[in-house]
Amino acid sequence: MLHTVNKSPFDHKALESCLKFARQGSAVLLIEDGVYAAARDTAVSKQVQEALQSVSIYALKPDVEARGMQDRVMDGVRLVDYGGFVDLVVEHNAVQSWL
Amino acid sequence: MAGENAGGVAKRFLYVNRRAPYGTIYALESLEVVLIGAAFEQDVSLAFLGDGVYQLTKGQNTKALEVKNFSPTFRALEDYDVTKLYVEKEALEARGLSETDLVVPVKVVSAQRMAEIMEAQDVILSF
Repeated sequence: MLHTVNKSPFDHKALESCLKFARQGSAVLLIEDGVYAAARDTAVSKQVQEALQSVSIYALKPDVEARGMQDRVMDGVRLVDYGGFVDLVVEHNAVQSWL
Repeated sequence: MAGENAGGVAKRFLYVNRRAPYGTIYALESLEVVLIGAAFEQDVSLAFLGDGVYQLTKGQNTKALEVKNFSPTFRALEDYDVTKLYVEKEALEARGLSETDLVVPVKVVSAQRMAEIMEAQDVILSF
């Protein structure tokens, strides 16, 4: 299963809900304001680090760059471009969008 | 002249920014309104709370996203005599940011101080 999160983790519960339901081996793709969850040393980075033990976490590079977060992405979070987004959708049986 | 203009006494306007840029249109719309409002020679302040602090981060590059990067526009505010930019200290800290990560000089203030600043306004516009 691929999960996408497009809301800021500081303003919404979408990421928290996603990580609660994402099973071992799932992929989580952070897009739009969701990419702020990929930053190091924030109030939510510990939560994301813990999730990285059991799920793969990706962040959409154009959204990361637009927000000036490219130098702050934590280790373990992988950046993908639009093509990579498509690949993730194709690789997984279903997509759950946490809107 | 401080406190007066052609239309009478200048009012204290505060623009409150609580949204991250790009995910929604709020941030850009706020900046547009600030620039339009600047022509009316009022006493203008901007407040950045919560995710609003993300509007000011350095290094924004929207080329791949194909939308306008409006963060450099904050540097032009000074030319419109809009120099009072207040940023919530707690919001910066929760996001691992500091004053040096921002595109313009700001006054970093506690949430408590921010509340006092809000209290002192005549008009508050919320985005």
